[in-house]
Amino acid sequence: MAALVIAEHDKTRLKGGTANAVTAAQEMAGEVHVLVAGSGSKAAADAAAKLAGVTKVLHTDAAHYDGGGPENYAALVAGLAKQYSHVVASASAFGKGFMPRVAALLDVAQVSEISAVESADTFVRPIYAGNAFATVQSSDPVKVVTVRATGFEAAKEGGSATVESTPAGPDKGQSTVLSQELTKSARPELGGARRVVSGGRGLASGENFKMLETLADKLGAAIGASRAAVDSGYVPNDCQVGQTGKIVAPELYIAVGISGAIQHLAGMKDSKVIVAINKDPEAPIFQVADYGLVGDLFQIVPELTKKI
Amino acid sequence: MNWDSSAGRNSHKMKILVPVKRVVDFNVKVRVKADQSGVELANVKMSMNPFCEIAVEEALKIKEAGKATEVIAVSCGTAACQETLRTALAMGADRAVLVETDAELQPLAVAKLLKAVASKESAGLVILGKQAIDDDANQTGQMLAALLDWPQAVFASKVEIGDGSARVMREIDGGLETVEIKLPAVVTTDLRLNTPRYATLPNIMKAKKKPLEVVKPADLGVDVAPRLKTVKVAEPGKRKAGVMVKDVGELVDKLKNEAKVI
Repeated sequence: MAALVIAEHDKTRLKGGTANAVTAAQEMAGEVHVLVAGSGSKAAADAAAKLAGVTKVLHTDAAHYDGGGPENYAALVAGLAKQYSHVVASASAFGKGFMPRVAALLDVAQVSEISAVESADTFVRPIYAGNAFATVQSSDPVKVVTVRATGFEAAKEGGSATVESTPAGPDKGQSTVLSQELTKSARPELGGARRVVSGGRGLASGENFKMLETLADKLGAAIGASRAAVDSGYVPNDCQVGQTGKIVAPELYIAVGISGAIQHLAGMKDSKVIVAINKDPEAPIFQVADYGLVGDLFQIVPELTKKI
Repeated sequence: MNWDSSAGRNSHKMKILVPVKRVVDFNVKVRVKADQSGVELANVKMSMNPFCEIAVEEALKIKEAGKATEVIAVSCGTAACQETLRTALAMGADRAVLVETDAELQPLAVAKLLKAVASKESAGLVILGKQAIDDDANQTGQMLAALLDWPQAVFASKVEIGDGSARVMREIDGGLETVEIKLPAVVTTDLRLNTPRYATLPNIMKAKKKPLEVVKPADLGVDVAPRLKTVKVAEPGKRKAGVMVKDVGELVDKLKNEAKVI
């Protein structure tokens, strides 16, 4: 049987780890289909059809899926799910919103934010903020699974799946998106960035984050932050890296003025190379860093920016 | 959207249900058991899940603003969860319900138990934490909303109760979103929704006298058998020890020539 991946998209492009979810789905089932729902989303459906490993795209062109309302999405997906062995989505804010609803409608468990696939019914997932990893086995007829994007490579282009139109489900009319305030930035999106420069309480003010931005721009990196920096109002909420924020695993993670609370480490310790810059040689961040530099970040960061 | 406000519940008589979970305290560094059957829970400090504290606080604020009449805390688990419920009562909840069982409870089972309690209590709003810091599942609120066929607003950072509806600002990837949901509904809390109050000593004493009802899953007609089998629980892979560099020059050299990431 096939796995159905639910795409997150902005009508023209796939977003939010959808291509990584496709890779995870390929490890679970022999065949992968993708559902793209929303008005004017044909371009996104075509993009899904081009992903290697995808054999069919189900496309539902209906406005009541715009905005990703979980009530409507769950009803649509639960209706399709019985023809599939697995229903898979990225563990983004979108996926986390509707996937448990799908599982409840099907009266099955949901497996959250897996980091590896052991077999068609057995998955590995972090618990206790990544301080332990549980291997869980599902005996449900349909496995409803969300995928931690950093655990799987993004599927590359190279497929030529058929795009089929599929009927919309009901518009339940239970919720309406009134507005969105998205952080505008020319930098790469934090969740998928190849390089991340993060700041913590050591930056001491939002103003001082400008220094990190200069470094980030030189590296083509995204800006991240510890919970302490976010709670202090230095940067917006969506910059937070950690158990309750974004989980990142870039090629290079530079932690500046971050002590390294368990909560933060949970969100970045799968990064390939970690650099820690901190004035406290005892800071826990140095225990996970590949390269540690003890000193005054206000001198080190400008010098680093110059020398890179 | 054209909403008939008379179809909504009268928020002035609304009851709020607040599910709370007893978990390993967030300051405890958990250890995996040697036999890989789970994490060590013996003699470990337990507390109310931090996201649940935020949920209790929000429910109390809504009641204090005159938008609800009663806040009912509910917990599912062993008799020890009474302690967690007493904390909620000390914060200001009016009464509590414990669905007592020694069985392992997974999110779907908890959602079914909560559905039964919410229906029995005719709750107009359920506010709960977005996730528990033990299993990190982030499922129960959404599952409960599906089982009740109610709308949901998850990861809330601001909640405004209107007449028959609520406006909720939610934390999403890349920013914030404001949704309007019809009541009754399920809301799950994110970190920045509020700062929970501390229970004062007089309130802790008063909480001991507040009603706490104990029911069993069977009384609610719910089968709580787990759907997922935990095969094993393992320590995370350790990163190999790194090196300290003496200055920026050495750091740049290592990043260029050793790690080859710049």
